Amino acid sequence: MIILRLWWEFFKIGLFSVGGGMATLPFLYDMSDRTGWFTYDMIADMLAVSESTPGPIGINMATYTGFTTAGVLGSLAATLGIITPGIIIVLLVVSVLDRFRENRYVEAAFYGLRPASTGLIAAAGILVIEIALLNTELFKKTGLFADVFNIKALILAAILLFLTRWFKPTKKLHPIVFIAASALVGILVF
Amino acid sequence: MKELFEIFKASFRVGIMTFGGGYAMLPILQREVVESRKWVSEEEVLDYYAIGQCLPGIIMVNTMIFIGQKRRGTIGGIAAALGTVCPALIIITVIAALLSGFADSEIVKNAFAGIRVCVCVLIFNAVAKLWKSSVIDWKCLLIFAAVALGSLLTDITPVIFVLVSALTGIVLKCLEVKNK
Repeated sequence: MIILRLWWEFFKIGLFSVGGGMATLPFLYDMSDRTGWFTYDMIADMLAVSESTPGPIGINMATYTGFTTAGVLGSLAATLGIITPGIIIVLLVVSVLDRFRENRYVEAAFYGLRPASTGLIAAAGILVIEIALLNTELFKKTGLFADVFNIKALILAAILLFLTRWFKPTKKLHPIVFIAASALVGILVF
Repeated sequence: MKELFEIFKASFRVGIMTFGGGYAMLPILQREVVESRKWVSEEEVLDYYAIGQCLPGIIMVNTMIFIGQKRRGTIGGIAAALGTVCPALIIITVIAALLSGFADSEIVKNAFAGIRVCVCVLIFNAVAKLWKSSVIDWKCLLIFAAVALGSLLTDITPVIFVLVSALTGIVLKCLEVKNK
């Protein structure tokens, strides 16, 4: 029974959270209040694990919650629950979109959408830069301008930029190669 | 059947190589479905991604469902959704079951500090690629700048940005037609 309820609870999260993994957080707090399946502390733990494993954060949160609540079946139920609304709605949207693909208003809408989409991704990238390359916390404490920059991280970023964009022999390598190498550098140097 | 398995495989690869949140998925997605398999164009990725933002659910899963659907219809969309979440399902379950201190370990923390640096660079490269197919004139540049700044400086949900810019696109194109 708890399996069905898990599926249903995460179905609702999948249905109502719009705009990315972090949008699921308020729903998890609410679920914790109502069901008592997990505590606020556990949500913080889940978030930490979700951020340090592959996969979209929302999915990771669903799997982790499902597992801590009801084992392997629970994680399966919660994960399927959170993606079910997306599957249904995307497929509905596609069938509508296909009919109007050649419509000039739809084309005009996409003309405006594409730069907006790129803008949203750029903004997200800048947020990651703040976390990964800068020491805003340390700067607030010391007030020294030199402390803003995380020097090791900046050097790594410069090397990666060179290897992925300009250095011919490595330019075409799969991104995962650079991710793995950076993880190794992180363990050995950071 | 073979095609379905191929969709599942591509989505699985995208899912397992995405470290650090949904945005980190874009560079992998570009490589797997745009460059290697040529299933969709850069423009289509942007369209799907923009619509995916406005629909309920997980953005990157939604984007992959669009791509799977395009290849093989409804069943292709479902294969893509399952493939994308499968790695997370396995990995998180294993971690939850066996490694209680996983996220607190010093090695994991440092590895992810390194990975985040790489994710910055990869997102930068992804944006540079998308830039070419989306910012095609000065009006697009204005939309790009307004959305990037707005999303950085305010708490407005991305849904609003997507809806407003779609409307802006329609208005701009209508004005162009009028002026001709």
